[in-house]
Formats: sequence, structure tokens, C-alpha cells
Amino acid sequence: MSEPPRPDRSRDEALRDLGPQVLGVLVRRGADFATAEDAVQEALLEAVRRWDAPGAGPPSDPKGWLVTVAWRKFVDMRRSASSRAQREIRVTLEPPPGPTEQSDDTLLLLSRCCHPSLTPGSSVALTLRAVGGLTTAQIARAFLVPEPTMAQRISRAKKTVAGERFGQPGDARAVLRVLYLIFNEGFTGAPAGGRPDGVDLAAEAIRLTRQLVAAVPDDAEATGLLALMLLHHARRAARTTATGELVPLDRQDRALWDTAAVAEGVALLQGALARDRLGPYQAQAAIAALHDDAARADETDWPQILEWYDELARLEPRNQVVALNRAVAVGHVDGPLAGLRLLEGLPDDLPRRDATAAYLHEQAGDLGVAARLYAEAAGVATSTAERAHLTRQAARVRQLGG
Amino acid sequence: MAKYLLLKHYRGNPEPVPGTDVPMDRWTPDEVTAHMAFMGRVIDDLEQRGEFVDAQALSPRGDFVRYDGEGRPPVTDGPFAETKDLVAGWIVIDVDSRERAHEAAAYLSSAPGPGGRPLHEWIEVRPFLSDSSEVTG
Repeated sequence: MSEPPRPDRSRDEALRDLGPQVLGVLVRRGADFATAEDAVQEALLEAVRRWDAPGAGPPSDPKGWLVTVAWRKFVDMRRSASSRAQREIRVTLEPPPGPTEQSDDTLLLLSRCCHPSLTPGSSVALTLRAVGGLTTAQIARAFLVPEPTMAQRISRAKKTVAGERFGQPGDARAVLRVLYLIFNEGFTGAPAGGRPDGVDLAAEAIRLTRQLVAAVPDDAEATGLLALMLLHHARRAARTTATGELVPLDRQDRALWDTAAVAEGVALLQGALARDRLGPYQAQAAIAALHDDAARADETDWPQILEWYDELARLEPRNQVVALNRAVAVGHVDGPLAGLRLLEGLPDDLPRRDATAAYLHEQAGDLGVAARLYAEAAGVATSTAERAHLTRQAARVRQLGG
Repeated sequence: MAKYLLLKHYRGNPEPVPGTDVPMDRWTPDEVTAHMAFMGRVIDDLEQRGEFVDAQALSPRGDFVRYDGEGRPPVTDGPFAETKDLVAGWIVIDVDSRERAHEAAAYLSSAPGPGGRPLHEWIEVRPFLSDSSEVTG
């Protein structure tokens, strides 16, 4: 008796890896990105259909098979689009021979998905689909929007990119920004990893950034970003309680930190810093590494952290969030009143300004003011976990104050 | 991206623009139809832009309900004909910026009323609290 066909998890994962690779081959051959993306999606569907058929199975060279089928579909799509396009394809787009360079293709795709003409939200969605190989349904669930909305967002993004010109493959800064945004989206108290079909966006961002670093190993900031992600990701298990409450850095159970991720992040950072091309991601990674290096919160090397904040402030003089976090470091080195003086120069509506002021007032022993500011900060918090955390802080400090 | 709730109120809005607060049942049938068609187009447009999350309309009639102790039936109150704030319905959008949320709300507010003129109806815009928090430290 033959087994009935059933969804094959390893097969699905293999196809997920192959989709972006095949897309990279098509785009490198000169296919326009939007049509090529459609063609690859169709080829993947056909692969599932064919390979699941009774008596069939995956071909010996799945990637070669997919490239052939996707290319045929691409030519068909262009042919039906216009006969003029068909002639163009015949003349200019005959597949060149030669081995594929996977890492170059990754860079090529990222440069299209993160084109500056796209809004950040569109770049994130397109990157997860075209480079990450995620389905539209998975991306829609990850961002809590209906699937047709996400399909439309991706489709519009492809149309926008279709009309753009590309210079050097990969505007590296824009690509790093999009990968950082994906990581931040996934840096939540409740990773979707618990669900079998959920997407762990933080892990996904790390996977994509690894691919980027493989493509541009000499780019110190790309390596710095990967280090930054790993050094933060290492603390994930300690960042929230079992019930989803935020645990601030100084109260985390450091035994829960992922020491392998910390070690890898530190090694990557050292390699990046040795290139002597400092940038904001490396500076942030250095700060994260110093936090991760302390066995206990009170062993944190705040003077060195402050030096890195000085570097970061020099690199990004207009970044108010950096200025805010630097004030916390100043509070630890020169005392809370020195930190508070720095806050005076920052705008009132800067996110987390009240929370930072509350923390520094608490350090200074001014519990009444701290409690009031924690409560005010809770009122303007942008996430449920943060609001609950700040409300508990206000309650705790009120009790201390008697 | 961030989610915003665009709220329409039956009551509880700031002062209406003079001449725009004619109850809908005093409009002509064609004006009502044109208004509804516009609302459909707002939703379509948001879907096309990849920003639509949800849209619902609410009945103006409802009850207040609360717990009254173990084993006791819930206490109900209302409906109140004169409740100051009464939500009529909402659209949830997922957009790139607060400015874009305001732009979408203003478009919603331009829905045609009597004579095909824009209603200038107030739309309350409320950001969702997210379940993620950004990397710090």
C-alpha cells in the first residue's frame, strides 16, 4: 500500500530556501524583478503538484528543475504581455551559462526589495517574501493583517520597484535598515515561534543578515548589525516572564542568556571593529556586548558603555533616542542628577523620555517624582507590555515611598 | 507599520462644520446611496494600498452589562437614549506613519452628504498599542 501524499515539512523547507535562490538566478539573467517573482511563485506551486504526484518525487537537481520551469513561465508571462517584449527576451535574455553565485544573487534581490522608493513597511514585506521565501499568508499573520491586504502590499511594492533604475547592486545602508526593522518587529515578548505555522521574525532577520554578511564579508556595518542582533537575541529567554511581562535588563536572570549567541556576536563585532570603519550598528553592538559581558547587573562596565554612547552620539548627532539612552549611561557614571540635566535639553514628546526621567529620579532617591513620572510614561507607552511594566514600576516606587 | 483605529461617532464629536449636521434620514435617497458608495470606495482604496485591516458598523442600541457576584445573573442597564459618546463604527488600518493615518481619516471625512458636498465629519484617530517593544540598551 502506498502512503497518501501529505504535506512534507522538509520538502516545504527546501522549497522555501530554493525559491529566493531561483529568483536570484532569474534576476541576474536580466529578468525584471516583479515578473520573475510571479514566475518563481508559479514554479514553486508546480513543483509541489508534480513532486507529490503518485509515483513521482523530487528531481535529482531540484534547483535546476525550478530554474528551468520558472524561466519558462517568465518567458510565457512576458510573451503574453506583449510581442515586443517577446523579441526583447529572445535577443537579450537568453540564459547565460556558468555557475551561479548565490551570495551575489542575495545582494541583488535585497537591493531591489529595499529600494529607497519603497516605504519601510513595503520593503519589509517584499524582503520577507522574495528573499526570505515566506508565503504571503505567513507574512500577513506575522503582521496581523488580512492576507489580501498583505498580497496587495507586496504587489504594489513590486510595481513600484519595476519602474526604478538600479545602480550598484545593493544600497547597503537601506538594506541594513530594513533588516534591522524586521528584527525589531520580531523583538517581542511573545515570539510567534510557539505556533507551528508562526514566523519568528527576529530569527528570520538574523538568517537574512547572515546571508547578507556572506555576500559582503568586508562590510563592517553589515557584520556589526548581525552582531547587534545576536547580542540582543541572546537575552530573549530572560526578557519576559512566562506570562509575558517585560523584565528590564538589570533584573534579568543572566543564566538564561544564550552564551553561544553572545560568543558569536562578540567574535563578529571584534572582526568588524578591526576593519576600522566604525558605524552606528557596530557602536550599538559594542554597548550590547558590554551589557552581555557583565555576570551581574552591578558589574556592568558603565564608563566603557558611556564611551561607546559618546561614539554613537558623534556618529548620529541628531538621533534623540541615542541622546536619551546616553543620559542613562551618564546617570550611572556621573550620578542620576547629571543624567537628568541632559534630559532637560530633549523634547518633551520624545518617546520614553518620561520613563527615563522616572528611572533617574528613582536612582536619585526622589521617589514621589519617580512614581508620578512612571505613571505618566505608562500613559503614553506604545505597547501593552511596556505599559504594564511602567504601571508596575509606578506601583512599586509608590510602595517604597510609603 | 502601525495600526490605527478610525472611529466614527453617532454622538460625542467636536462641533460640526456649520450646515453639515443634517440627519441622514432628511437626505434624498440618491444622496444616501452616494454616501454609502463612497464608504465602499474608501475600503476598496485601503485594500488596494495594502493598508486595510478591518471595518465594522455598530448598532446605536446596546446594553451596559456588569458582574454582580458569584452565581448571580449579570446586571444590565440602558440602553441610554442620551449617552454623550456613541460609537457608530470603525475602520482599522495598518500604515507607515501617523501622517498617513490622518490623511486616510481626512479622506473618510470627505464623504459626500446633502447636495454631494463633503460632510466634514469628525473622525477619531486612535493608535493601537503594539505587542512589540523596540530594542533598547
